Amino acid sequence: MEISVKQENRHAEIYLKGELDHHGAKGLMLQLEREIEVLLPLQLVLDFSGVTFMDSSGIAVVIRTQRRIRELGGQLKLRKVAPQPRKVLEAAGINRLVEME
Amino acid sequence: MKLKAQNYVTMEFLSRSSNEGFARMAAAAFAAQLDPTLDELGDIKTAVSEAVTNSIVHAYPDSIGKVVLKLKILPGKTLEVSVRDWGCGIPDVEQARQPLFTTGGEERSGMGFTIMESFTDRLTIRSVPGKGTTVTMRKRIQQRLGAGK
Repeated sequence: MEISVKQENRHAEIYLKGELDHHGAKGLMLQLEREIEVLLPLQLVLDFSGVTFMDSSGIAVVIRTQRRIRELGGQLKLRKVAPQPRKVLEAAGINRLVEME
Repeated sequence: MKLKAQNYVTMEFLSRSSNEGFARMAAAAFAAQLDPTLDELGDIKTAVSEAVTNSIVHAYPDSIGKVVLKLKILPGKTLEVSVRDWGCGIPDVEQARQPLFTTGGEERSGMGFTIMESFTDRLTIRSVPGKGTTVTMRKRIQQRLGAGK
């Protein structure tokens, strides 16, 4: 998956683009972990507007990202989640664990 | 219940993760003849992606094996999807169906079967340890208002 990053102070926004399945999840997680280590954000927004498909592999990515951010004392927020990925997140109850705009 | 298929396709592919996208797109393209909504297509793609990923990740953890995807149109605007592998099998299917249960480590969420179940109308899992697994799902496509004119 492609990502792009915007940052101001310790507020970071990461834009995800493509299909988030098992094939792409491992690489995405590595990219996200690398960015988090560099940016050390207190607030991280994952922008899902470019995610055209997501399955349960994306749930593991969101949970792991949240764990990393919390270890840093920060917060994770998901933004612009389209209906299909939203339904997957809701089926897993992730909407109760992670803030979704 | 065994129903006679009005149409079907069968695809065989290797358990490479690059085929996950192909499998769900093929299923969506085949299902298009039932005139599904975008939501229904999303459900089909998600369920197929989960089943195929299971074969790739769990059935053949250290090897590459054969996966067969069968898509059938059954009477009553119903799509049947079956994903079969000849991998290691599931020792305890009931346990595997539980939400959050996974043997896949922190890269997996353990939500695959839960999602297949909630995104389709019927989920059947047949598995023999050492022989393989067949996951069969059925989804009825709703009759749309104004359709069939």
